[in-house]
Amino acid sequence: MAINGVFSRFKMLDKNEGVNNLSPFTDSHEVHVLAVDDSLVDRKVIERLLKITSCKVTAVESGRRALQILGFDEEKTSVGFDGFKVDLIITDYFMPGMTGYELLKKIKGSSNFREIPVVIMSSENVLARIDRCLEEGAEDFIVKPVKLSDVRRLKSYMFGENRIHTKDREFNKRKIDVSLSPSSDEVMSNQSSPSISPRSFSSSPTSHSTTFLDSHIRRLKTSNHD
Amino acid sequence: MLGLSVDRLRADMNRLLALLFHQGVLDEQFLQLQQLQDESSPNFVSEVVNIYFHESEKLLRNLRGLLVDKEFSDYKKMGIHLNQFMGSSSSIGAQRVRNVCVAFRAASEQNNRAGCLRALELLEYEYCYLKNKLHELFQIEQQRILAAGVRYPQQQQPNNP
Repeated sequence: MAINGVFSRFKMLDKNEGVNNLSPFTDSHEVHVLAVDDSLVDRKVIERLLKITSCKVTAVESGRRALQILGFDEEKTSVGFDGFKVDLIITDYFMPGMTGYELLKKIKGSSNFREIPVVIMSSENVLARIDRCLEEGAEDFIVKPVKLSDVRRLKSYMFGENRIHTKDREFNKRKIDVSLSPSSDEVMSNQSSPSISPRSFSSSPTSHSTTFLDSHIRRLKTSNHD
Repeated sequence: MLGLSVDRLRADMNRLLALLFHQGVLDEQFLQLQQLQDESSPNFVSEVVNIYFHESEKLLRNLRGLLVDKEFSDYKKMGIHLNQFMGSSSSIGAQRVRNVCVAFRAASEQNNRAGCLRALELLEYEYCYLKNKLHELFQIEQQRILAAGVRYPQQQQPNNP
């Protein structure tokens, strides 16, 4: 029976296009974040912020490097590619070469990788820019400088027990009262609970009010495709 | 006596920090950095700040190199350097430096070379001031750590003053 169980789980892996949406947040799996920023100072800070919230971090300096490390250009399916898996990409907007926006478009335009949530960071609170990113499929938009509270909140609503990251996004989905979602300590222990595939998880947080006044994040998009 | 020294050093540090906050040289992002420092990363703040110094001095050199050229016209390139400088300054809480960058960028967007030169002077001044003060802060911190390290063995000997 055990062998059958294992076998069918692998079968399930075969069927899914994005490996990451199986959300294997068991004891052995930390949230793995790919951080992209051309500034070394910012990379150091975001790396520390993520590590302190118990994430595994890989920090790279450009969009090109990020795609490379993801195995983007290789002609493999995500199943065959055994190496590098991330649960979240967090990228600066303004970068030389490929901007964060261009990286976002590439990720969301790829059948292999578009399941990976992408968060954009920018030092400028420009509404048009925020809208553009959200419309292109960004999960969230954080105004720099990034704080511990930003990262905790992000991790909590994306990977906590009240995780609501699904393909079917609802309007105002993100507005959750912080006091009602698990604290970071609780999030850590909740990662050992049975994994819930994002596809099957339905969200209904519409009764909660937002308290994220200090992050200038706006979510304007309505339900996504699918 | 060493016990007093630790407390005095801590007071000195707090006083210097308070001054820097009051002057607007630092903002709460610097406090955020301090919160990220702990036993697992005991030198986090000074590591990040040293990277910032290194990057900033490069950026300042680039900016000056661009502007000394009388035929300078690549304001776009200057804007890129300024954005970087602004970003890293805001990430460590260097508020005044960041604000000068904002003004500098405004002059740059107007292709105002004279204005840019003035802004650069001010930027170099603010940066120098910040660097000196942060070095002072780290020095006091180092002394405090040393003094605290020597103090603890004495605490085990109850007869020592």
